[in-house]
Amino acid sequence: MGVVTRGFGGRRPEPERQIPPGQFVTDDFPVLSAGPTPHVDEAHWELTVRAETGEGRTWTWDALMALPAEDVETDIHCVTHWTKLGTTWRGVSLDTLLADVETSAEFVMAHSYGGYTTNLPMQDLLDGQASVAFEFEGEPLEPVHGGPARLLVPHLYFWKSAKWLRGLELMDAEDLGFWEQNGYHAYGDPWLEQRYS
Amino acid sequence: MTWQTGWHVATVVGARPLTDTARELTLAVPGFGGALPGQHVDVRLTAPDGYQATRAYSLATAGVDERVDLVVDEVPDGEVSPYLTHDARPGDQVEVRGPLGGYFVWHDDDPAPVLLVAGGSGVVPFLAMLRARRLSGRRAPFRLVCSVRGPAGAIGRDEIDSPDPGLDVRWVYTREVPPGWPTSPARITPDDLAAPGFGPAEGTDVFVCGPTRFVETAAELLTGLGHPSARVRTERFGGA
Repeated sequence: MGVVTRGFGGRRPEPERQIPPGQFVTDDFPVLSAGPTPHVDEAHWELTVRAETGEGRTWTWDALMALPAEDVETDIHCVTHWTKLGTTWRGVSLDTLLADVETSAEFVMAHSYGGYTTNLPMQDLLDGQASVAFEFEGEPLEPVHGGPARLLVPHLYFWKSAKWLRGLELMDAEDLGFWEQNGYHAYGDPWLEQRYS
Repeated sequence: MTWQTGWHVATVVGARPLTDTARELTLAVPGFGGALPGQHVDVRLTAPDGYQATRAYSLATAGVDERVDLVVDEVPDGEVSPYLTHDARPGDQVEVRGPLGGYFVWHDDDPAPVLLVAGGSGVVPFLAMLRARRLSGRRAPFRLVCSVRGPAGAIGRDEIDSPDPGLDVRWVYTREVPPGWPTSPARITPDDLAAPGFGPAEGTDVFVCGPTRFVETAAELLTGLGHPSARVRTERFGGA
């Protein structure tokens, strides 16, 4: 245990369930973005998956909407210490999007409209762990929270769930994304408190 | 980039009220390696039974010494800020980790003009930039636009309004103006953000910090004025 802070008792609202170390529960939906919010029209939105071979596959908004969508209920954990419980999302599983992509890549760089990037291991995107989400709490995802569509990888700190997603680049070797180059952890497991590099 | 990511014991050595809800705390932090203006730290409080709460706060002073200045504005119903704004007193101990954040920073050897846009307590990292600029003796042109509800809530107003060559300050009062102020309360407009010498053509570096809704509005006005998104760095707090 660290030093004791005299006079501090904490409000310690009883969480509904266990949350990762160093987190607190909020009902708000705080926003962490490095720059202005890009506004991307669905008519011009595209998502491209490019394999390490150079082979690419692109979905328009209509093509994404034509794919089977799934509802996801999950807790989300931001590196700035807030956790939001029981959020509900609707989106297309990455298992669906990657099903027909020939690849043996072990790493992925997510690219966003506006230039943001974040890196993830491929195995964290498969087996129902990740999706491209376009609804939050039953409503179209607002631009400030990453709309029209964002990556959703809720078992990692939320900076990995890239807003304004436009591409997934599959890579043989690990490379670092935006916050990962700016001092944040390359992997970001909230339960292991992997906040900083 | 490497950061110091361990926890340091920090002792409160000073506390100074700035507004009705905000105060500046000075901590002595042996082992703290200094910070760049714009960086933040995590602050951790520990109750006698071991319960801990951690929050992030911007540094109000950057420097190379083992002293840390924080400005904390009370969040109603908050868990940590009420303790820091009301209860903490000299001699009390907390823990500090950092400095953190390598993007929302200003380097005092950068000669480019700088436009700072603050909403409420979003001015805190800009206090660190102004202080670093004064100390460096260099005189990069600075313009600070501060949006506040009224004069009583204006964090650091005396310091910000002190004469400082090359610093241009604009106050935007959204609810209540000081006595004798020439205009009525109003929200921030493009006119507040457009000033000769601080446009996109001059290669201005823009920093915006404040509540989410304020930052969204200001960042949109700035890109509307032609500032490239990549030159507009933002830091937001609170929900949307």
